[in-house]
Amino acid sequence: MALPVYADPLERIWYYTYRVICALIFIFLIAPILIIMPLSFNVEPYFTFTSEMLAFDPAGYSMRWYDNLLTFGTAAPDAVRDSSWWADVWANAKWVQAAKNSIIVGFFATIVATVLGTIAAMGLSRPEMPYRKLIMAILISPMIVPIIITATGLFFFYSKIGLSGSYFGLVLAHATLGIPFVIITVTATMMGFDRSLIRAAQNLGAGPVTTFFKVQLPLITPGVVSGALFAFVTSFDEVVVVLFIGSHEQQTIPRQMWNGIREQISPSILAVATILVIFSVCLLAVVELLRRRSERMRGVTPG
Amino acid sequence: MSNSDTAPEILRTVDGQPLKEALTRASRSARIRAFLLVLPLLVFVLLTFVVPIGQMLSRSVVDEKFSENMLQLGAWFAENDSLIPDEAAYAALVADLKVASAQRSAGNVGTRINYELPGTRSMFTSAARRADEMAPPFKEAMLAQDPKWARPDLWAAMRSASAAATLNFYQAALDRQIGADGTFEAAPENVQIYVKLFIRTFVLSVVITGLCLLLGFPIAHLLATLPLRYASLLMILVLLPFWTSLLVRTTSWMVLLQGQGVINDLLVWAGIVGDDGRLEMMYNQTGTIIAMTHILLPFMILPLYSVMKTIPPSYARAARSLGATSWTTFRRIYLPQTVSGIGAGGILCFILAVGYYITPALVGGADGTLISNQIAFHMQKSLNWSLAAALAAMLLASVLVLYWAYDRMVGIDNMKLG
Repeated sequence: MALPVYADPLERIWYYTYRVICALIFIFLIAPILIIMPLSFNVEPYFTFTSEMLAFDPAGYSMRWYDNLLTFGTAAPDAVRDSSWWADVWANAKWVQAAKNSIIVGFFATIVATVLGTIAAMGLSRPEMPYRKLIMAILISPMIVPIIITATGLFFFYSKIGLSGSYFGLVLAHATLGIPFVIITVTATMMGFDRSLIRAAQNLGAGPVTTFFKVQLPLITPGVVSGALFAFVTSFDEVVVVLFIGSHEQQTIPRQMWNGIREQISPSILAVATILVIFSVCLLAVVELLRRRSERMRGVTPG
Repeated sequence: MSNSDTAPEILRTVDGQPLKEALTRASRSARIRAFLLVLPLLVFVLLTFVVPIGQMLSRSVVDEKFSENMLQLGAWFAENDSLIPDEAAYAALVADLKVASAQRSAGNVGTRINYELPGTRSMFTSAARRADEMAPPFKEAMLAQDPKWARPDLWAAMRSASAAATLNFYQAALDRQIGADGTFEAAPENVQIYVKLFIRTFVLSVVITGLCLLLGFPIAHLLATLPLRYASLLMILVLLPFWTSLLVRTTSWMVLLQGQGVINDLLVWAGIVGDDGRLEMMYNQTGTIIAMTHILLPFMILPLYSVMKTIPPSYARAARSLGATSWTTFRRIYLPQTVSGIGAGGILCFILAVGYYITPALVGGADGTLISNQIAFHMQKSLNWSLAAALAAMLLASVLVLYWAYDRMVGIDNMKLG
């Protein structure tokens, strides 16, 4: 969108003003995420920049809040940091427990959502699929229905059938919440899929299973993986359902953060937040690479 | 087949079946195959999502706490439709309270009536404790226990609670209550909260959606018109917030907006506000609006971007060459082509905003909370689950209408992420 040569002065002014406005909006988008990173190294328990921090004085910075993540909840936080201390951290530290829970629940929820979602997306992307719109609407609805309604419904349902407070119930609930993302990303990839490849494979003597694993799956893998990442992030970031159906031991990272924010917000939260931002940067990089790979495979080249 | 020579015009397959039938059969089996692929997930979602929500919603019209414990009184209500309780009614009441006292369910009974008439729960529990000692005439005994037992609105509330199925919770969710004559009337001004809360939720969602559009439109336009190299770099700035945890983003806004936070420090340092005049941007509507706009902005930018990318720039150039000013070109040529993107992003943002819970709960304070927070309150604190279900049903209905509108405008299968 270069400035055309015939632009009059007013348009020139607007052209640069527009750029400045866009820059400001980008700052609005990104600054809140970046600002917590330096603040998480604050030596004081404040949520603002101290004068030492602004002067880049090393005394104003510390790792104490990251350290606190490891020691919070341990039996002997001040002991010598030998192997038994690390064992203590692994077994007792609240944030480590939360991370373990989050990863376990997220992992299994992702597997359930991705396997079921991919199979269903294959059916949904077939032109002969009956009641396609209605079924799609039902399958996408967990993303649309307010989370508090889902959580309330699951709370009653799980207490009736005895699943509340179980990891199994939590995995099922999180899988349900992740399914719309898998469906959306995988059907989007399927739409660009050349169906004559399937017929070619069948023509050459491949059965449906061989066709799926040798022809379809390699081509839709980017979509499946980004769908799986979406499902994992959904589970990893979910707090309301955990609050309603999780037992006291089922502390996940978001639940622990939620408690921390509600009770007494300490910069430890910022340390966790920083780690999570770095985590999402990595995820974003993976998704971006997958998208490019998928475009390359389908012959769409970015300019 | 044998009669092939009598009807030669029918086309047949190699093995002799009429082609039409064979085709129908083949396409039916293809449809069944496609459906079977979807079936496991459909069953899964129905079981873990649709059925639980349906059961929860059924609570909004059913509450058995009173009806299953007060059988004799229920029978009296079924036989008499007068509002004035006679001695038989009081006798039934005392008999039921005796049973309730033995089964320790008087608290539940009282809670149910307390939903309709606040402050009556203790009447039931204390009357149940004394029920065994009471002797006829029961009317006098009950009135001696507490003269409030003669209140007609109390009897009206008990009558309506004596049926398990009730629409009272929807009446309550619409700020209506049982009046002295036993019919529903508008609740007093100072206790009307739900209609106001629904209005506030919708107004705030409109404001947030509008702000998202205002901020998202220029960004989407810039991304769609820049060369792809730069655009995909800048796209990261949109996608990173999208991928970042909701709680992280809410925490950041709490850090930024609080009284001793970064923005206020910056304003004080710049001399815009005095140290004693720090702005209150958190625990009110401002906090909710700012944080939710930030969180929902990517949901506006991404659909807008995907529509704007398909608009050929030659249209705008043609308009300019025909003498239109740049403003006219934008208004008459470019904007109409982006309407579908505005609709898609707008409805998506609005749907998500209407049901938001976490961010308003953390930064909303008292007047920045939405209807979801009230549902959570009734679920966790007041334990009036039927009222929570009634509010949830109303929220869900409005979301589903919007979802339907989204489907009509954009098509659910056209939804894209990133």
